[in-house]
Amino acid sequence: MNASIILLLPFFSALVILLGHRQLKGAAVLISVGSSIISFIACLALLAAADDKDNTKLLLPFLDVGFLHANIDVMIDKQSRGMMFIVSFIGLLVHIFSLGYMKDDDAKPRFFGSLSLFMFSMTGIVLAGNLIMMFIFWELVGLSSYLLIGHWYQKASAAEASKKAFLTNRIGDFGFMIGILLLFGANHGSVNIEDLTTAFGPGGPLGVNAPGHSAGFTTAAALCIFLGAVGKSAQFPLHVWLPDAMEGPTPVSALIHAATMVAAGVYMLVRMSFLIEASPLAAEIIAGIGAFTALMAALMATQQNDIKRVLAYSTLSQLGYMVMAVGAMAMSVQHGHELHGPDPGHPAMFHLYTHAFFKAMLFLGSGAIIYACHHEQDIWKMGGLRKHMPVTFYTFAIGTAALMGVPLLSGFWSKEAVLGVAFDSGCKVLFLAGAATAALTAFYMTRLLIVAFFGKPRTDASHHAQEAPLVMILPLGILAIFSLFSAYDFFATPLQAMKPPHVEGHQTVFWASVLALLIGSGGAIYLYRGKNKDPISIKLFANKFYFDEMYAVIVRVCQDRLAWIVTALERVFVDGLVARLPTALVARLGAATRMLQGGHLQGYTFLLGGGVIAVIYLVVFVLPRLGH
Amino acid sequence: MSVLELIIALPLLAALAVGLGAPARAASLGATFINLILVLYTTVQYWGKTGLAFTYSRPILENPSLSFAVGADGISIILALLTTLVMLAAIWQIHDRPAIFYISSLLIGGGALGAFLTTDVFFIYAFHELALIPTFLMIALHGRAEPAHRKAVAWKATIYLGVGSLVLLAGLVWLVLEFSGGSKLTFDLEALRNQARLNPLPDAKQAQIFFVLLLGFGSLVSLFPFHSWAAPAYATAPTPVAMLHSGVLKKFGLYGLIRIALPLLPHGVHVEWVQNALLLMLLGNILVMGLVTIHANRLDDTLANSSVMHMGYIFLGIAAGTEIALKGAVILMFAHGISIALLFGLCGRMRNQLGTLEYNKLGGLASHAPAFTVLFAFGTFASIGLPGLTNFAGEVMIFLGNFTEFKAGALTNLQWTVIVALWGVVMSAVYMLRAYRGIFHGSPATGLFMIDPAFSQRVPFIMLAATLLVTGCCPWLLLNLMKSAVVLP
Repeated sequence: MNASIILLLPFFSALVILLGHRQLKGAAVLISVGSSIISFIACLALLAAADDKDNTKLLLPFLDVGFLHANIDVMIDKQSRGMMFIVSFIGLLVHIFSLGYMKDDDAKPRFFGSLSLFMFSMTGIVLAGNLIMMFIFWELVGLSSYLLIGHWYQKASAAEASKKAFLTNRIGDFGFMIGILLLFGANHGSVNIEDLTTAFGPGGPLGVNAPGHSAGFTTAAALCIFLGAVGKSAQFPLHVWLPDAMEGPTPVSALIHAATMVAAGVYMLVRMSFLIEASPLAAEIIAGIGAFTALMAALMATQQNDIKRVLAYSTLSQLGYMVMAVGAMAMSVQHGHELHGPDPGHPAMFHLYTHAFFKAMLFLGSGAIIYACHHEQDIWKMGGLRKHMPVTFYTFAIGTAALMGVPLLSGFWSKEAVLGVAFDSGCKVLFLAGAATAALTAFYMTRLLIVAFFGKPRTDASHHAQEAPLVMILPLGILAIFSLFSAYDFFATPLQAMKPPHVEGHQTVFWASVLALLIGSGGAIYLYRGKNKDPISIKLFANKFYFDEMYAVIVRVCQDRLAWIVTALERVFVDGLVARLPTALVARLGAATRMLQGGHLQGYTFLLGGGVIAVIYLVVFVLPRLGH
Repeated sequence: MSVLELIIALPLLAALAVGLGAPARAASLGATFINLILVLYTTVQYWGKTGLAFTYSRPILENPSLSFAVGADGISIILALLTTLVMLAAIWQIHDRPAIFYISSLLIGGGALGAFLTTDVFFIYAFHELALIPTFLMIALHGRAEPAHRKAVAWKATIYLGVGSLVLLAGLVWLVLEFSGGSKLTFDLEALRNQARLNPLPDAKQAQIFFVLLLGFGSLVSLFPFHSWAAPAYATAPTPVAMLHSGVLKKFGLYGLIRIALPLLPHGVHVEWVQNALLLMLLGNILVMGLVTIHANRLDDTLANSSVMHMGYIFLGIAAGTEIALKGAVILMFAHGISIALLFGLCGRMRNQLGTLEYNKLGGLASHAPAFTVLFAFGTFASIGLPGLTNFAGEVMIFLGNFTEFKAGALTNLQWTVIVALWGVVMSAVYMLRAYRGIFHGSPATGLFMIDPAFSQRVPFIMLAATLLVTGCCPWLLLNLMKSAVVLP
């Protein structure tokens, strides 16, 4: 019951608003915010009923034919409950924040309609009980992301960014679909997540030691599924869409491109961890891609000047962290590390959970700044905001501290869990990459904080900045509280599944993260204190390793040029051989029988019709009689 | 008298009436609307049933046995729904045109209904030919190009489809002769199906006949490499003709393969050389035509080529031949028909108002015409295969249907083809979103002005978009009509 409210309410809200927003006008906002409030309450009820048994229930039929059962199944367990809380809670706060941020936007109803569509699609991913349902909503979040990034579609950059996001995700979905097909085939038509977990688990017919197990197949299926996460969670090499997605309104960046949708890839991987655990090679590749993304994006972040871009690269980097944790966790399971407790949490989910709050808060904080500075996003044109916007400053500082992993804040615990599992994975490179990323994170976040909030205002915009209105500050404050405490048991009781049990004996990990924090922020304070322009300039990082340029060449050569060549070949050969050549031959022949040609198409068509009938008549009525 | 006879006769009689001077728009719309209600009525009547229903037969000849026999199962009903929906939309959106537009639309639709609802091979074939003739004439007489060019295009289509029809006829005659075994000839599909069940042909012969039928039916559906008539014909055809031919009439070839070739020659498609040939051809549709579509820089070109490309997926379902894939193919036929008719209809309106369809001359229309944009978005995302719109359900069933027989580590040719063909899903997103971006996003191009159509002019498009949404969210509505097995057990 609760699950169907959470899922279907935003659907109807989106449908009503998107199809009728010119008639609805202001009511659209009420419908959307109202539906998100009710969803949140229903979600709390779902959490309160956490003692109920985990289950998968059929909610709505979709496709049910033969042994294909691709329906809307709702899967309620610890992970989906926890994730549902993140989605509906941050969703609600972002709806409230948007009331202020989008106040003067002409297309406000369309914005809120798309936001409801997003809430619907994201809920679908979280509750999905089978992979086809997951894929359906996976694509739908892609659509809502497309609509929201392109909210200001009149701007060429926004229009291009939305297209880029959709297409990059499509490449990921290409792999995801292949993975689903392989699992569908191997598991005899069931893509139910519980069934698959049993089939690939220890003792299952496709598990590691079973006769039906094929290492190559398992790796291929795991990597295909992973490609879906690479697209949605913006991992290397499909990471390029996420920074551009910052063209969307800032509340959207907070909700979709920081806290929830981009984390869906990680959520899906954790759901599919049975598959990754069955393949050592896939686990290593996933951990490697995650670590590489984390490090690479952190390097890029150090040289960005747009406040949202710094946060976007930071999101990339943190997503890399989570993906690395997924891979590393599978590796340590393969190495036989015992998991503690009856149903231990997953470090990737733990980091996803803490990250969702502080990163959403940082984005909303940046939104408040952008709003106050009249849509100025360059941090070097800010400065001194600490005095003008105290609430924003303090909350932003808390978020920054949590992200950097200052001890005792939420981010510290989850980062330590990630580094701990990297340490346990038996691959020292992962751990080192994780520690280096932690240092870089501390560096770029301290840089952002100093340049934007300290010193003197560098432009009029920042000089006249004023604290944002209450509807915008309130969500910041709530999220700040979560950023501080969300990792603690008293806060996270309904969300235990997120939190792995405390792992003992990781002195190395603890000191490494503290050291990384000191080096990173110390370096940034030393370099950036009192500066009015960037003292260091590294073109490679500022230009994002030239990925966009490389991909532009690839698209130009492999797609547009190829399309041009194929079109030319198709015209010459196919049309030439199949149509023109026979036509020419017939024309020669026809020169002799010119008499018949009158030159009117009507006549020809008539002849053709008559001819066909004549042939039918001959073949049907005359030929058989000749036989007798 | 069966209700199906009424459904077939109504548009043809309306065409006659308009030809004799009845008020064109009122008569055509009235007939089409009543027809839609009749088809919905049969749909409701058929709900939950299996097998052939509403049968009625009027004997014409003793030997060879020939009768005007009608009957419908779920597949025919779904295609009849498609036809009546598209016919109503196509006729409704005609604006300020001579009566011939109404007559030809009624004839094409009526012919298609005849082909889908009769159960005698002779009439299935004849009705399709009847529907083709007005198509050619309308391209030649009222096409959207210089007279010389549109005549050339009409010619090309005429020759291609004429030759295709002849090959098809040869195949059908061969088929009928094989089953008659020298004695009594019959064209009745049910009788032929019984024959095929009792005395199946040897596999090698099935393969040969199937291949001939594939070439014949295939060139009617623009199967690669017999497709080059399609794109110019759709780009040139007057809007209602483009909607009806690409949306409805083109499905005839696929219908024929599913209704005639597969049940009568159940092993034909699985014989290795036939299957490999079909897979190569359909990959041509998807990959080659996908790239050709990416290269297009005008909306009519993009839509016309994309419609050729998307046929590849339906052929993929036919190649698989499994229950899930074939039902997926039928759903995709329905979905593609509705979505391409919607897009061609909107495209025609744009051409009338703007005078150009070139992307580099367009832009920013979303600001001028928001309702039009939403309708176009339905078509765009349907053809991209977005879940929630019907095309996705069809495609995913076709893909899954190819993986029902599976051995890890030993993918079959079919399964490799599916994996390669999946890349086409990325390609459709590329060209459709490029088109959408070029036309609707960005700042409005100077000198372009387009306003939303009045509500009454929006109705046909809203009807098509709503169909996509309803059957896309509830594809089981269509599946429930197809409870009986497509191919004989």
